[in-house]
This record gives sequence, C-alpha cells and structure tokens, in this order.
Amino acid sequence: MAFLEIDHVTKHFPASDGPGEVCVFREVAFSIAQGEFVTMVGHSGCGKSTLLNIIAGLERASAGGVVLEGREVTRPGIDRMVVFQNFSLMPWMTVFENIRLAVRAAYPSWDRRRIAGHVQRYVDMVGLTGAERKLPAALSGGMRQRVGLARAFSTAPKLLLLDEPFAQIDALTRGLIQDELIRMWSAGRNTVFMVTHDVDEAILLSDRVALMTRGPDARLAEIVDVSIARPRVRTALIEDPEYLRLRTHILRFLVEGGRVTTGEGRRGGDEIRGFETPLASLTSQA
Amino acid sequence: MTRDRFRVICLSLTIGVVFVLAWQAFTASRPAGKGIPGPLAVGATAWQMLAHPFYDNGPNDKGIGLQLAASLGRLALGYLAASTAAVMLGVALGLSPLLYRAVNPYIQVLKPVSPLAWMPLFLYTIKDSGQSAILVIFMSSLWPTLANTAFGVASIKRDYLHVASILQLSWTRRLATVILPAAAPAIVAGLRISVGSAWVAIVAAEMLIGGTGIGYFVWNEWNNLALTSVIFAILAIGLIGVLLDAGLARLSRRLAYTE
Repeated sequence: MAFLEIDHVTKHFPASDGPGEVCVFREVAFSIAQGEFVTMVGHSGCGKSTLLNIIAGLERASAGGVVLEGREVTRPGIDRMVVFQNFSLMPWMTVFENIRLAVRAAYPSWDRRRIAGHVQRYVDMVGLTGAERKLPAALSGGMRQRVGLARAFSTAPKLLLLDEPFAQIDALTRGLIQDELIRMWSAGRNTVFMVTHDVDEAILLSDRVALMTRGPDARLAEIVDVSIARPRVRTALIEDPEYLRLRTHILRFLVEGGRVTTGEGRRGGDEIRGFETPLASLTSQA
Repeated sequence: MTRDRFRVICLSLTIGVVFVLAWQAFTASRPAGKGIPGPLAVGATAWQMLAHPFYDNGPNDKGIGLQLAASLGRLALGYLAASTAAVMLGVALGLSPLLYRAVNPYIQVLKPVSPLAWMPLFLYTIKDSGQSAILVIFMSSLWPTLANTAFGVASIKRDYLHVASILQLSWTRRLATVILPAAAPAIVAGLRISVGSAWVAIVAAEMLIGGTGIGYFVWNEWNNLALTSVIFAILAIGLIGVLLDAGLARLSRRLAYTE
C-alpha cells in the first residue's frame, strides 16, 4: 500500500452555461511514497488545484478517491496542511498568532510556554524574527508566504499540499523562499504534493513531476522522474544536461501536447496510446 | 490636514453661534413666558439641572442624571440581550444559506415594524411596564445586528474557513478565532445602527410607560409646560447618542482589519 494513493479520481462540475456537467479531469491515478516530493504541472483549467483540494478534503471527488496511509480522505484534517497561493493568513492575527493557531491545534496537550517556544522556532526558521507582532497586511507577499510555510511545517503534517505557493511572489523573492522550502523539507522529509505551472520550480524541488493534459476533460499524461542528485543548487542546475533535457521535455509537452489523442483515458496503468514524446525514455509510469 | 481641520472647526462654531444668536433674537422680540423659550432661559435651566443632576424628590421630581441613568440602564439590558441573540442567530444564518433563505421572509416582515407596536403585546403578556420597555429596546436593536451579522458571516472568505477546517478547530474555537473576528467589522456596523435605533425608541417607550427615564422626563416637563427643560433634555439625548455611537466607532476601529 502506497503512502498516498490517488485512486482514479474524476471531478465533474455543474456546467456554468445551462444544464449538464463539465468533466474537469478524469481517472487520475498515481501514488506518492512517504518522504517524496511530487509536483503536478499543467495549464490553467486542467484541475490541478481541484485535485489538490480533493486530497486536502476541501472538495469531494465525483468518482474515485484518495487514500492516505490506508485511510480514505473524506474531510480536511491537520495531517494534510495546505499552503495556499493567496497565503490565507488570518488578517486580524499577528504573524505569531497565525502560526500559534496551527500549533495549538496540532498539539492540544502542550502548555502555553511549550507552544510559544515551538512557534518562535518556526518564526526564526523562516527568518521572520522581529516581525512576530506584525499583521499580515504589513508584510510583503514573500514574507506572508514565509508565515504560510511556517504555519504548515510547524504542525509536522503527514502530507504537505502546496497550491502554487510562489505564484504571487515576485521573481527575486521567489528563489529565496524556494530555497527555504527546500531547507525545511530536507530537515523533516515531509511528503509533499505541489501544484504549479512553473516548470523550473517543479524540476528544482521535485522527485517526480506529474504532467496533466489540457482541460476540460484533462488526464494525467505521464509522470517524469527527476533524477538529479540533491542538494540541488539553482546556479549549478542551469548547466546540468539532465535538467535541460527534463525542462525541454516538459515544456514541449505543455506547448505541443497537453492532449491525449485517444478517447480512452488511463486505466489502471495502461499505456497512453497516441501520446508521442521524443524523450519517452525519461518517462516513468507510476 | 490640520489647516483643513481648523477651518472646519471655525465654520462649525460660526454656524452654532449664528444659530444661537438668531434664536435669541427671535425669542427676545416676544413677551416673556409666551412662545418658545430663548437660549438664555434654556441655559439657565441647564445650569440648574447640571448643578444637581442626582437629586430625588419623589416620583415626579428627579434630577436629569437619574433620569438618564434609568434610560441607559434599560438600554443596556435590552440592547445587550438583543445583541447577543442577534449575533448568535446571525452566525447560524450566515453559516447556513438554507436556513438563511428559510428564515429571511420572516425577518423581512418583522424588521419594518416599529418596536413600539409590540408594546401592547408585551404589556398584556408580562404585565410589567418596566420589562415591557426593555423588550421594546430589545426589538428595536435586534434587526440591524442580525442582518449585518448574517451578511458578515456569509461573506467570510472561504479560505479562512478552509484553514479552520484543515486545523480541525473545535466549534467554540472556530467561532472565537475565525468566524467572529472575520465578521467583526460587519457585526459592529450592525451594533452601531442598533444602538442608535434603541436610543431613539427608548424615549418613545418611556413616554408610554412613565415612571422614570429621560423619555418620561420630557413628557412630564411638557405637562408642566417647562419647555426649557424639554429643550435641554433634547440636547442631552442627542449628546448621549453621540457618545454611544463614538464608543462603538472606537470598537469598530479596533476590530477592523485589512486583507
């Protein structure tokens, strides 16, 4: 039994114009091992954030299901912390209070002092020492997402769900926070599922990258192994031939492909017929 | 900014002085004891009343301080009870669109009813004029807070509620740390409207029930043809209203947040 099993998940939404339903994605199936960092890449509208919400328990699958450590996910839980694209910090709480809210919830038996100490450790870890009493509105996007990361990591979740966490952060800061994410992830080896449309980010951070075809009616096309040794350094990575090959492969997929040409979706590990890729040797079937 | 402020204050004072002078000129041309009393007469009465605000010479002769205190006491009871009920019901309505839609027609029908219209019903059922007046205050301050709380809670950003459910916060903690703070600006806006309408309603309610209170005082002074007292009472009612509103405005500033 895999640590996290995405078991042939299909999601329909009611059509916005008239009756009927629109299929966002169909029969998405893969699994994630404990300690693994898996990223899903796809165009807007392929439903990757919806899939993340289903894993989080915030939305229900129309068919199929998600199983974490042998138990089906039916509702949100503190074992699956989400880092949101828009940070989703409570604007009436200070940095410290925002993280404390999560720590308190994760460790109900701890006393005040122990909770405060734990919160402070994570505030320091993301470099926000001195900003504890600030409200989120007084922080830049990058600093806010640091709080978001600290809040998520501080509860030591079984699974971290990152929903385009760097999309609203300026390019220069993004790199710094990605490095911070790598540091925190390396320290605790949490299992991570991330959603993004930034290919470089996906390769830099992930063990495997899942590629979704264009929506609606999107499918999981393939899962690419990133066999670049860690720790990965951004500057060195740019010249790594493996990195360049992966990057080209994924970008080509997103630009040209992004469509499965057969009507049949992926079922139980079947090959996807008609999906041609010049770098098929790089791909691995989950 | 400060310059602007200075000009506003100057203009404001000028308007006040011009009004009082015009009032004085208007009333001075008439024989004393007839028509509306002038500002000097009102000032003299005010001076007297403020010198001994808390005297008590029996049921029909009490200081203005005592009368205002009686009104404020009623206001506090009725308003606090109504606000508590309105916030609780409002949270329930805000969280459940189904319940909201089911209950909304009843609210819409009851909302425009003058709180005084309930008075006979209260007098008949509880047979106590003091408690009936408090219930009138209750009815007058219920709806704005209820409507605003329901709206405020219904429009809480989904993300905040998502965080709360991911953290598996208990019901009470969710209420205290997420729902109420998130809806606080809307709730306080409702509380502000409510305290205003409660203060408006109490004067009329007290005119009906008699006994104590600023409303009764106004009516009693009218029966005594003491118009200077009536005018002074009007000013006092207005001033207290401003203070009540200012208190809630302060609360509103404290609970406001920027996203």
